[in-house]
Amino acid sequence: MPGLDDLYQQLILDHYRRPRHRGTLSEPTIEVDQQNPLCGDELHITVRIVDDQITEIAHAGEGCSISQSSASMMSDAVVGHSVADALAMIEHFRRVMHGEIVADETILGDAIALEGVAKYPVRIKCALLSWMALKDGLINGTPTAQEDQ
Amino acid sequence: MTHAALINPLRVRQDFSLLAPTEGGARLVYLDSAATSQKPNAVLEAMDDYYRCANANVHRGVYRLAQEATERFEDGRRAVAELVAAPLAGTIFTKNATEAINLVAWAWGLRTLRPNDVVMVTEMEHHSGIVPWQIVAKMTGAEVRFAPITPDGELDHEWIDHTLASAPVRMVSIVHVSNVLGTVNPVADIVARAHAHGALVLVDASQSVPHMPVSFAGIGCDFMAFTGHKMLGPTGIGVLVGRPEILDGMEPFLGGGEMIADVRTDGSDWADLPNKFEAGTPPIAESVGLGAACIYLSSLGLDAVRAHEVHLTTYALDALSEIDGLRIFGPRDPARRGGALSFHLPDLHPHDIAQLVDEDNVCVRAGHHCAKPLMRALGVNATARASTYIYNDTDDIDALVTALHRARAYFAR
Ligand SMILES: Cc1ncc(COP(=O)(O)O)c(C=O)c1O
Repeated sequence: MPGLDDLYQQLILDHYRRPRHRGTLSEPTIEVDQQNPLCGDELHITVRIVDDQITEIAHAGEGCSISQSSASMMSDAVVGHSVADALAMIEHFRRVMHGEIVADETILGDAIALEGVAKYPVRIKCALLSWMALKDGLINGTPTAQEDQ
Repeated sequence: MTHAALINPLRVRQDFSLLAPTEGGARLVYLDSAATSQKPNAVLEAMDDYYRCANANVHRGVYRLAQEATERFEDGRRAVAELVAAPLAGTIFTKNATEAINLVAWAWGLRTLRPNDVVMVTEMEHHSGIVPWQIVAKMTGAEVRFAPITPDGELDHEWIDHTLASAPVRMVSIVHVSNVLGTVNPVADIVARAHAHGALVLVDASQSVPHMPVSFAGIGCDFMAFTGHKMLGPTGIGVLVGRPEILDGMEPFLGGGEMIADVRTDGSDWADLPNKFEAGTPPIAESVGLGAACIYLSSLGLDAVRAHEVHLTTYALDALSEIDGLRIFGPRDPARRGGALSFHLPDLHPHDIAQLVDEDNVCVRAGHHCAKPLMRALGVNATARASTYIYNDTDDIDALVTALHRARAYFAR
């Protein structure tokens, strides 16, 4: 299915089948629940922050291949970084999804594979779900209402 | 009128421009009629002709053009009332089924419900049959209780009878055919049981009126709501049918032009039914289109429409069951269900299913289908749903099955 190969890159299917950082941290610094109102998918993210560094992150919940692989890739990308760095990555990813800039692999890591999602407007929300949840958590400590899609 | 005994989908498809094959021979396999149906040319032409030849505002117009517009508008109402055996005075046009249910919740519920009164809905309701009652319950102190579903997707009738007997149930708001499970609820029977306990009944017939013979008089309910765009008609028009004696006793829902008999500085009087509940310029072209849709459906014959649905559903249940691991929600007996088939694959999320089969021109819906309490009861976040109508045939089901196999293989690559 040639048209779809941009959307469903091998790396996405790999993260979908073998999600990294899956689960729930006990006694996390930050805990966020986020729902995709379009499809009812749910995501639960827990983060441990020590001295302003994200030392651990975990994601749980259910979702499509795009939202699940995105949560996995995001976790890979931000772990070990400072909160400020993570927020910058999230902003970079958001702008990539909205087609405003070209993705930078040195910033996004495996999440570069999600670049093709930008061409599928309904799926952008799926890809952004975990990133926006983390942003909420890092800024507020708790989820805010509807985030920018 | 004589009806052809069976639907010929190939013949029917010729009436739907959108379903015609492209030059390359590809054609759309549209399996999302539970969300909205496609529109036959007869509907589009009737609306087009209205705008081109008879457009004027309705009612009160003295000139002939306005009379012509009024006649076409009211012809639409007559066609709708005839289709569902409804009293003409109780056949009210709304924006959609959602507004029809809100009309009852606000104009009846807000003034009638008292603290601790119970509004009974079901776990298989569309959000439009839940949220209006929750809003009005909050304002009145009434309580909304959900009739549970059994594991095979039927209503728990023991629970319903027990609650009717033991709680002050004033209103039972219930879906006729589930848009997710396909379950056909025995509404006439439920009406009799509810009435015996003094409760009124609103039937959400959004998924039944397009697909089977439905009689407001036969069901015996007090209110019935349905929506034009799922029954070959345009968007922007829905219908509330109400028993005129109840509607007469109700205050209006929205106020404005069209719905008054007199307006004075010290108050106003309401117009007669059905205008009392139709504030402002009504959906005129939409009534014309919906009327044409009703005539189109009647000419096919709703018995034939239903027989075709049972035929396709039987075929689809068999074909989908052959797919390894596929779980189908709702009753397995085609005679007890409508044409909406929700399913789940262990290795493919509904979103991905809908995306992947679209590559093969197959349109199915994925998500919670505006039925989140039902999703929770089924223990899923989302399902994929294929739903059929008069223009679908067994080739369409085969196309879905093939596309599902291809989707699976693609994901396993
Ligand atoms: C059972 C049922 N009720 C109500 C509705 C609402 O229809 P509308 O959105 O046209 O008001 C739908 C449509 O999805 C439905 O399937």
